Amino acid sequence: MTARGEMIMEEPSADTLKVILSGDWKLGGELPGAGKVQQRLDGRPGVRNLVFDTRELASWDSGLLTFLMNLGTLCSRQKILFNRDGLPPGAQRLLALALAVPEKKDARQAEGRVSFLASLGNQTVYLFQSAGEMLEFIGDAVVAILRLLHGKAQYRRSDLGLIMQAVSAQALPIVSLICFLVGLILAFIGAIQLKLFGAQIYVADLVGIAMVRLMAAIMTGIVMAGRTGGAFAAQLGTMQVNQEIDALKTLGISPMEFLVLPRILALAVMMPLLCLYANIMGILRGMVVGVGMLNIGFIEYYNETAKAIGLWNLGIGLFSGFVFGVIVALAGCMRGMQCGRSASAVGDAATSAVVTAIVGIILSTAVITILCNFLGI
Amino acid sequence: MTAKEAHITVQDLTMAYGDFVLMRDLTFTINRGDIFIIMGGSGCGKSTMMTILIGLKAPAKGRVLYGEVDFWGADQPTRDRIIRRAGVMYQSGALWSSMTLAENIALPLETYTDLSPSQIREVVKLKLALVGMAGFEEFYPSEISGGMQKRAGIARAMALDPEVLFFDEPSAGLDPVSARRLDDLILELRESLGTTMVIVTHELASIFAIGSNSVFLDVSKRTMTATGNPNQLLAETHDPNLRLFLTRGEQS
Repeated sequence: MTARGEMIMEEPSADTLKVILSGDWKLGGELPGAGKVQQRLDGRPGVRNLVFDTRELASWDSGLLTFLMNLGTLCSRQKILFNRDGLPPGAQRLLALALAVPEKKDARQAEGRVSFLASLGNQTVYLFQSAGEMLEFIGDAVVAILRLLHGKAQYRRSDLGLIMQAVSAQALPIVSLICFLVGLILAFIGAIQLKLFGAQIYVADLVGIAMVRLMAAIMTGIVMAGRTGGAFAAQLGTMQVNQEIDALKTLGISPMEFLVLPRILALAVMMPLLCLYANIMGILRGMVVGVGMLNIGFIEYYNETAKAIGLWNLGIGLFSGFVFGVIVALAGCMRGMQCGRSASAVGDAATSAVVTAIVGIILSTAVITILCNFLGI
Repeated sequence: MTAKEAHITVQDLTMAYGDFVLMRDLTFTINRGDIFIIMGGSGCGKSTMMTILIGLKAPAKGRVLYGEVDFWGADQPTRDRIIRRAGVMYQSGALWSSMTLAENIALPLETYTDLSPSQIREVVKLKLALVGMAGFEEFYPSEISGGMQKRAGIARAMALDPEVLFFDEPSAGLDPVSARRLDDLILELRESLGTTMVIVTHELASIFAIGSNSVFLDVSKRTMTATGNPNQLLAETHDPNLRLFLTRGEQS
């Protein structure tokens, strides 16, 4: 049987307030707050002592202690003597322990409210700093690649092999699925329009050119950004948390060469191959729609596709794939290397790696498209 | 007693994160063959001190001399060369998790020596045996306990027979017996190889058992308040903070 925690206040003399506690003072129940005591004190400015009577108190836990802590602050603010003698001995000792080390007031976490202009300024400064860090990282990566070309880079061939496997063979199922569907969508959208003009055969051109020149590379790039870029950031971020990167540095081994270089290499080599595979998948699906639903002959469709694509389109597509591979690897590794030293920082690094990679992919697509337009290819 | 030769000298050092000053006016000398303890309460900057000594973080002010060479004033290749003569055991071991213990220890050897693969295998075996972990060559760091990871971390730090070994909280998170064994290992390595040991710790038992020299960083005064043999410090100090620290808070 538990009784509710109750509080009664009385004044045995003019300068003393007696707080009588009874029942169960436990967390979770309805407990009287320190506010009531304050109200009572406000009405009687002459009170200089606060005493307790807890003979009727059945049981207590942190619920009583938080109440007492609040009263303690209240008393010290109003210069009232907080007399602990009437409290249960255990509560007295815990209170003494809680008050043994004074609250740290000069901790540097204390940040005041920042005005809008100040935070805008901070954000701008931060933007420039992060742009600088990005350029620095890319510069370091280029230096590492140059050292690789001179045969001086330190990395493990077996790592490179493992990463290559992870970013190619293991990515095939998801790339197949996505590009198969993109090919299907393109074919359907094209078929509806082209049917109006009786020009169904050009579905082959549409799917072929769109896939080979652009869509396969973009879709593969985005899949790899989510799949591999995030993984790179999480791997390197965890190594950062675990001081493994510090351990490399103090051995004089450049993390740039040892960790980042094999990842960039693996994606730069494997992305064009993945793109090629994605091309085939997309075209195959377009062919299924064309041959199966639009009654175009299989050979006819094949010939039309082969005529339409051309080497330039293929080259541009594969080049885009290469560029996207480098971007995904750079973004993943950079965010991983910049990672802070906590679990949530690793999560942030992975998120930011994917975002950075996708933004990079879209931007570089625009640049490549404009350049091709300029060059007339 | 023979005259001691300074190995690492710290002069007027200030440690800071941005404009938050952690410690200032640090001046002390680590002699060759010392077991030097960097001690102080939590948050006093012991680990930061170590990151400065091993070249991961630049000091805000002041100098660190390795022998006669100004460590932070030198260029990167010089710094790399100096720090290659040092081994570091990180708090959690910081073994490279994608490699086996043998590969972890072999990597520095492959990078900086011309040893043949079979010679490297022998050295790896020896180092693991020295820390009491013979036969664990093919284990991955995630497959062994925390205490074993620390010992494997020491084996890796010793791979290149360094002149100075840094330990970040070697006995934190270890049971008393393992902690004691680690202390014995550190003592033994110093005796037999003459390696200088720099240990960041607040484990009193270790401090008194193995420390031959020390510096005390006082978090309330934001500077060092004492340096010397910890046993001597305990006997002679009048500084209440240091006495409190060295006696585990007991009043005397």
